Amino acid sequence: MKNLIILGAGTAGTMMAHHLRKRLSAAEWTITIVDRSENHYYQPGFLFLPFDMIEERAIVKPVRDLLPGDVDFIFAPIERIDAEANRVHLGGRDPIDYDLLVVATGSHIAPDEIEGMNGEGWRREVFDFYTFEGARALRDRLATWAGGKLVVHITEMPIKCPVAPLEFAFLADSFFKKRGIRDRVEITFVTPLSGAFTKPKASRALGHLLADKHIALEADFAVQKVDPERKCLVSWDDREVDYDLLVTTPTNMGSDAMEASGLGDDLNFIPTHKNTLQSIAHENIFVIGDATNLPASKAGSVAHFESETLTENILRFLEGKPLLETFDGHSNCFIESGDGKALLIDFNYEYEPHPGRFPFSWGPMALLKESRLNHWGKLAFRWIYWHILLKARPLPGIPLQKRPPKEDAA
Amino acid sequence: MKTTIAGTEIDVNEEGYLTDASQWNEAIAAAIAAEENVGPLTDAHWKIIQHLREKHAADEQVTIRSLNKSGVAPTKEFYALFPKGPLKKAARIAGVPKPAGCI
Repeated sequence: MKNLIILGAGTAGTMMAHHLRKRLSAAEWTITIVDRSENHYYQPGFLFLPFDMIEERAIVKPVRDLLPGDVDFIFAPIERIDAEANRVHLGGRDPIDYDLLVVATGSHIAPDEIEGMNGEGWRREVFDFYTFEGARALRDRLATWAGGKLVVHITEMPIKCPVAPLEFAFLADSFFKKRGIRDRVEITFVTPLSGAFTKPKASRALGHLLADKHIALEADFAVQKVDPERKCLVSWDDREVDYDLLVTTPTNMGSDAMEASGLGDDLNFIPTHKNTLQSIAHENIFVIGDATNLPASKAGSVAHFESETLTENILRFLEGKPLLETFDGHSNCFIESGDGKALLIDFNYEYEPHPGRFPFSWGPMALLKESRLNHWGKLAFRWIYWHILLKARPLPGIPLQKRPPKEDAA
Repeated sequence: MKTTIAGTEIDVNEEGYLTDASQWNEAIAAAIAAEENVGPLTDAHWKIIQHLREKHAADEQVTIRSLNKSGVAPTKEFYALFPKGPLKKAARIAGVPKPAGCI
């Protein structure tokens, strides 16, 4: 018997377990998946939880229930990969050996990276919404918050679901309007980038949204520290932004085990071939999802598109055939813009988000444009996630590679 | 779109960033630096510019923090060399894309 090990049972790892179990002979291969959590969270729900737009029980399921029955699940922390010995060291258990390794260890927030962020104000006036605990604590705080200065902040790129902080600001505007206290809340969006929008087509189509919603912008803000006593963000060029409630997106980092294994870059993301998904350093290690260092978005849709290429490439690798270079950076995301509307974006390494229709030339979804249908699409996506996406079932009409925008299609 | 900088015709996007890093040379860098009120370029500037070009060629992302952590450019020094938005200015001078989000 040969062993295929998947590290991480999040979105990418679970999809790969389903893909590979369908394609690899059970007589020849055991598939084992490892995760330090017994719970699988529907992470897009973390955006809605703070505004009490979704119930806790709708966004969490046991990892085991989401896996194929004939895949072994080990509930343990991953300590280190010994790539020379083809071995994974786990916390509190014997190491396990692999013939082929898929790393899907994701990314996580690292608030300790910024002075003062994880200090006395953490989850009192300083919150994240990238964890279940953070989103839940923020919901409880927002429920009774009387108003003041709300600062929505990105520490540095890359981050998981890069538009989520902006969506949070839009949803906050709606939330306070509904609660009848919008006039008592100042919302400021603070970003290290040159603006809330950095791509020309999106800037043209959406640049008006911040002004429409009375959200102030503080751009080019490279945060040096959080001062929890004076309740302000301080930048390296000595600017300060005061807050009463800070919703920050801390530095995102890959698994600590990658640092311990010498496999990660300076943020513990793993150097990966951007079209084949094979790790740069070891031919029998493949990488998928947020764990890679690819210049693609860290998002579930990206993991979905990657999983198609990765499955074919693992089979090809095992047969000694050349790998396909078919992953094109394709990403496809709904973006909540508040007031019951949402946008949809579709892009890849080559094409930035552009106006148009999706998935077909006639629609029904509009790209880069607010609509109620897109909002319903985002809400319906939860069902698709649990029942289709994670199970690696086909999504009709959604192509693996991005279709070029019309003006470039000739 | 095409433009001519330092006597060389190059392709740039609407914000003046080179769209083909291979068209870059040091004279172009110096001319863009002057436009951005950076410089005159010293060894300390060139070290950062070369680093950005190497990382771009390797498809690796650079952040202010990674420059600080790797010792290439301590952040205070980076701001002193490329005032006001150092990473986006240094990227333009180095002929590589502006740090961007997905929209």
